[in-house]
Amino acid sequence: MDMDRIDLDSEIGRIGAHIGAQDRRRGLLIPLLHKIQEDYGYLSGEALERLSKKLEMPLSEIYSVASFYHQFYFTPRGRKIVRVCMGTACHVRGAGKLLDNLQQRFNVGIGETTEDMAMTLETVGCVGCCGLAPVITVNEDILGEAGSKNLELLLESIEEDQG
Amino acid sequence: MESLKSIEELRTLRANLKKNTDNSSRKTVKVCCGTACSAMGARKVVSAFEERAADSRKDIEVIKTGCQGLCQKGPVLMVEPHGYFYQKVSHTRVREILSKTISADAPVRRLLYRESVSDDPIEKMDEIPFYEKQVRMVLRNNGLIDPCNIYHYIARDGYSAVEKILADMSPEEVLNEIKESGLRGRGGAGFPTGEKWEVARNAPGRIKLVIANGDEGDPGAFMDRSLMEGDPQSILEGMIICAYTVGASYGFIYVRHEYPLAVKNLRVAIRQAEQLGLLGDNILGTGFSFTVDIREGAGAFVCGEETALISSIEGERGFPRPRPPYPAISGLWEMPTVINNVETLSQIPLIILKGAEYYRSIGTETSPGTKVFALTGKVVNTGLIEVPMGITLREIIFDIGGGIIGGKRFKAVQTGGPSGGCLSEEHLDLPVDFDSLAEVGSMMGSGGMVVMDEDNCMLDIAKFFLSFTQKESCGKCPPCRIGTYQMLQILEKITSGYGEEGDIDRLEAIGNIVKKGSLCGLGQTAPNPVLSTIRHFREEYEEHINDKICKANVCTGIGVYRIEGSECFLCGLCKEVCAHDAVKETITGFYIETDYCTKCKACYTICPVKAVKIGKEVLPWVIPEQCEGCSDCVDACIVHGLKMYKTSKEGIFLPWLEDPDICVSCGKCAAVCATGGIILTIHTEDAKERFLHKRPLGLKVDEKEPPDTCEEEAAEQTGTNATDNEATTR
Repeated sequence: MDMDRIDLDSEIGRIGAHIGAQDRRRGLLIPLLHKIQEDYGYLSGEALERLSKKLEMPLSEIYSVASFYHQFYFTPRGRKIVRVCMGTACHVRGAGKLLDNLQQRFNVGIGETTEDMAMTLETVGCVGCCGLAPVITVNEDILGEAGSKNLELLLESIEEDQG
Repeated sequence: MESLKSIEELRTLRANLKKNTDNSSRKTVKVCCGTACSAMGARKVVSAFEERAADSRKDIEVIKTGCQGLCQKGPVLMVEPHGYFYQKVSHTRVREILSKTISADAPVRRLLYRESVSDDPIEKMDEIPFYEKQVRMVLRNNGLIDPCNIYHYIARDGYSAVEKILADMSPEEVLNEIKESGLRGRGGAGFPTGEKWEVARNAPGRIKLVIANGDEGDPGAFMDRSLMEGDPQSILEGMIICAYTVGASYGFIYVRHEYPLAVKNLRVAIRQAEQLGLLGDNILGTGFSFTVDIREGAGAFVCGEETALISSIEGERGFPRPRPPYPAISGLWEMPTVINNVETLSQIPLIILKGAEYYRSIGTETSPGTKVFALTGKVVNTGLIEVPMGITLREIIFDIGGGIIGGKRFKAVQTGGPSGGCLSEEHLDLPVDFDSLAEVGSMMGSGGMVVMDEDNCMLDIAKFFLSFTQKESCGKCPPCRIGTYQMLQILEKITSGYGEEGDIDRLEAIGNIVKKGSLCGLGQTAPNPVLSTIRHFREEYEEHINDKICKANVCTGIGVYRIEGSECFLCGLCKEVCAHDAVKETITGFYIETDYCTKCKACYTICPVKAVKIGKEVLPWVIPEQCEGCSDCVDACIVHGLKMYKTSKEGIFLPWLEDPDICVSCGKCAAVCATGGIILTIHTEDAKERFLHKRPLGLKVDEKEPPDTCEEEAAEQTGTNATDNEATTR
């Protein structure tokens, strides 16, 4: 993302005309963090430094905000982001066991990435497919009823990726 | 898309659109492309339809709709004008639908919904019991229109409410209508919407704001997502009406980042509304201006709370703020801000169009209207339902939900997500509205409804929700941050078998402190799952604490594990799977050595005949008539508790426990017994009584045979065993 080309005034929307310059920059912080993450996959120190200059905000404050939200990551993430849904319905239908399986098979903890960057294992609150519990999401795709064959296929595709 | 310059132009557009759809003889296939159906392959079905229809030159329209509700049976689709409702449609069935339904107007019988395999198929959507009792007001367009096509929305009376207020209603009249309707906020707390609007309207400030709250974070709830994905225009229309009433000119929709499809559809909806001139400057030439922007959350549950949401949009950490001042007076950037849940906003156009009186006629006196619930858990039909307020839980679970999976017994229903509580069987006939749920210690919440059967442990559920809120606590208020942690520790302790007397009182005491001492809704309601389960399922807590058992066999690390010899068919899987070598084999069967057992449940899970029992401790029960006096059980007893004793009958000896407290319920004695002379009983009190005072055949404990040679040694052994036992279980 080209930080210099972002026009802060147009980015904030029309409300920008009615709020102060500082509020305007602050209001853009989270949308811009999302943008950086979309482009690079995570929030690198270098990107945050540039953002800090752009928004004229101390780096410490940017970290303070970014670290509050679970969706922002400070380390590179795997090619496949595997999220195990830990919502109520999935919990009731055995998501915990599924997570244990994945952890053991790939030797990663929750929130960790395999060494070869093939996959990152995460948990998610609820993806809202409770009818299909237990649910796993892989990048943007949703894998329902992940107790069975579906899971094997996923595991194989990750292992293939690992080579 | 040409911008509409006046109200008249919108009217003409709608009339034309309606005429076109009425006159159209085209057959329409409405495929549900909600998240659940998409996960099951709805997109493949859509592309198969498009390809095959083009191949066979059939003129059909394929519409990708939002959630149609019956997620369990996805992918689902509807064919119009016949109205046939097909479920579990795979893309390989498309050809059949085209040849039978599209060409020959006949239903594909095997895709129709059936209550059970042997029941007659049901052709139409409304005739399915799942839909029969529903009143679809919020979801009026969900599943019927393409959410990415504003013309579909307009053709179904979309933006008529905006047209009506801009043409003939003053903001005061709109406000009165909303107040009159008694609409209460659907986000959870149930604050009257009209009052909120009035405060904001009268608040000082040149610039006012409207925020639609779509930050749905409850585990097990997906109403808002389905609405934002399936009918985004209705939310925009509600926002426009709100803005007109309170005098706001800017709006935000705050959506979870985890809902990419909702974000996409909302963006499309805003763009189309702007192009048609329904958003932006000088809407329909009336001089009224209103713009809407989207703000994405970043995975913080607490941001669903209105003041935390404001902090998040302002670019701060998502901390809640003290109220008052309420956001309606001083909210985002200290401007008067109305924050409404997306479901609340989507009801607004309907109230304006049909009138407050009509709205009040649905639902109950204090909670008019309908509520959308996400019905999940152990019910046959999971999915999205909309019911009038005041319907009973029984109707929802058994009539709409189709009862409990596998014919099991209903145990509890959890309403309101992490802020709500668990209700037991006695509340099944409770009418569901804001006040009645609050009375029994639960709440409406955003509308998650999770059904549980006898296999669910209420402590486990309480622990699940509490660990969620504990993790999501923002940390601002110590009672919430520390209190939830402490409560979780106590629950953890109880469910691992170390519960103590007084733990329940401690949980209640801390829970009440957390409720009183927290600033925002998250902390004020976080103890609810625990407090409500204590209130309605106290005996289950007591069982875990006093008897150290979990009847549902969910909690690991609690209870005594043993293999029931009479049910075991000696496959040996339990021995194989045990990582700690606790399952031992004897000539007649398997038993679990309690010293080694870590209660990991591996054997319990793998046993094909469910012969592994978790329960209270058991004691041996000697049946004199069957005992042959071989003393195998005495040799087998791992704590050297069983010994042979003389009876008053000449030459007859019986195994007996002088001190029943020594027994560790390993069951080895019964496992080695070849004649059935010694069995296990869970009635330990009776067995103890018999061992101590009701000895059969005049058995005398002071006369042993063979004479005891190592009494001291045995006693010592028991002592060490007991301590070992404790040490390993710790």
